[in-house]
Amino acid sequence: MITIDHLTKRYGAQVAVSDVSFSCQPGTVTGFLGPNGAGKSTTLRALVGLTTPSTGTTTVAGRSYRDLPNPGRTVGVLLDAGAQHSGRTGREVLSLSAMVLGIGSERVDEALDRVGLAGKAAGKRVGNYSLGMRQRLGLAAALLGDPQVLVLDEPANGLDPDGIYWMRGLLRGFADRGGTVLLSSHLLREVEAVADQLVVISSGRIVAQGSKQELLGGRGTVVRGPDRALLERALRAAGITVVPGEGDALVADAEPLAVGQAVAAAGVVLTELRPAGGEGLEELFRALTHGDGTASPQLQEVPA
Amino acid sequence: MTTLTAPDPTTGRAPAVGSPSMSALTRVELRKSYDTRAGRWLLVVIGLAALAVVLILLLVDDAPKSFEGFFGFTQLPIGILLPVLGILLVTSEWSQRTAMTTFVLVPRRSRVLVAKVLAAAVLAVLGVVASLVTAALGTVLTPVLSDGDMEWTLSAAQLGQVVLVQVLTVLAGVAFGMLLLSSPLAIVLYFVLPTVFTLLVNLVAALDWMRDWLDLSTTTMPMYEGELSGQGWAQVATSVGLWIVVPMAVGWWRINRTEIA
Repeated sequence: MITIDHLTKRYGAQVAVSDVSFSCQPGTVTGFLGPNGAGKSTTLRALVGLTTPSTGTTTVAGRSYRDLPNPGRTVGVLLDAGAQHSGRTGREVLSLSAMVLGIGSERVDEALDRVGLAGKAAGKRVGNYSLGMRQRLGLAAALLGDPQVLVLDEPANGLDPDGIYWMRGLLRGFADRGGTVLLSSHLLREVEAVADQLVVISSGRIVAQGSKQELLGGRGTVVRGPDRALLERALRAAGITVVPGEGDALVADAEPLAVGQAVAAAGVVLTELRPAGGEGLEELFRALTHGDGTASPQLQEVPA
Repeated sequence: MTTLTAPDPTTGRAPAVGSPSMSALTRVELRKSYDTRAGRWLLVVIGLAALAVVLILLLVDDAPKSFEGFFGFTQLPIGILLPVLGILLVTSEWSQRTAMTTFVLVPRRSRVLVAKVLAAAVLAVLGVVASLVTAALGTVLTPVLSDGDMEWTLSAAQLGQVVLVQVLTVLAGVAFGMLLLSSPLAIVLYFVLPTVFTLLVNLVAALDWMRDWLDLSTTTMPMYEGELSGQGWAQVATSVGLWIVVPMAVGWWRINRTEIA
């Protein structure tokens, strides 16, 4: 369990993270989303004691990270897969961590096996690893102490599609066994498949947070037909509120079934009928990643 | 602090979760000093250099051929090269960015720094042990390679003071590493600054007091013969303050406050 409470981090006059609060519950995967430079890494560094917050507090398993007796046994952390000595072998990197964690060397082999680095790869120097292999090694290091909490910064970076699929399964399994996962990403699609909760940050502030259903399962139904005016009339006649959608589409404030029935009763032709997806969040996200930093107003209203 | 607990045989998991002990952290730091190619080669070179010094002493006619003599001369390569290992013990965490892993696992950073200081001291003692071994080898070979006899004397004072001066020398490296957090910068300044200082205070007569009280190479010189005494100890203390305590304290303070990224 992770709590971040009114966290603010300033560097001189620049505010990197401003009044960020959220929590992650056991049994869930929380996706921490935001464009590069939004304050994700700063938040995670504050969480694991690598930087001191200007104001606010963070706890893991009910304690400040620095007060955990042997943090690696409670929290598995992977913040930067590149932050390993290039001259050490993969096995040596884990062996050093195992000595600090106070666990036996057989657990090192277990961890290497779990991430697919057993055998020859374990004896290679990290300098000769691909970025994907470093991510796997970093995950092995995070899992080594058999923690209850995982904190991962952009763990999918450098992984191939197979690797991403594998990592999702691993994180899902970890959460399903009661673990708490917090992972950051700048790609919505990457965390969408695995996260239960989403926290979206932009320019150091949280702009949206909630369950995936709340944020991505937008209300209403998207409908499209050859005659838009006719379609709109038919829906209004059935008492369904209609607003313009993307392009020539309409967004009806009703379940697809009700929309279909209304349209069929009026004998109007449809070319598209589907539940409204996460266009809102995607649009917000596109706006954020295109650097103007202005979130679409309806999403800023998403209950925090 | 608790000691390491053996994994429970039924689950393979350690039963209790305690802080890593200082001895465990020190062993981790020692292992970091030789588990990379750079560290391992540095240790090999130090060993070879000590052997080379003994060999030269054996082959040069008027060189001292006693256990004490071999022992004294082998301190030279050790005292020059071992501090580099002390520097790298600290700076490699930044140049290779492993500080992130290190301090995530041990967020009380001072504990890591204490472990590094202890590991550096252990390396210095091991260096002196290595010089004892090479000196013994030289002594045994003396009757074989020259017309001298075996002479085995070594005073406890000399052994003790040599151990102390080697520990101080390695710690000076650690202190420079902590202050500068950059391998090339720390190594270059570690060699250049004290040398320039020594030259300066020896050239300018008005700076004699600085040479006597603040120049570490001058004040520790008698320690290699085990002849430090009286006021000499105070002079060693003041120069240790300038070259070890001050940089280490400033660096320690900064490491504890800085953001690790």
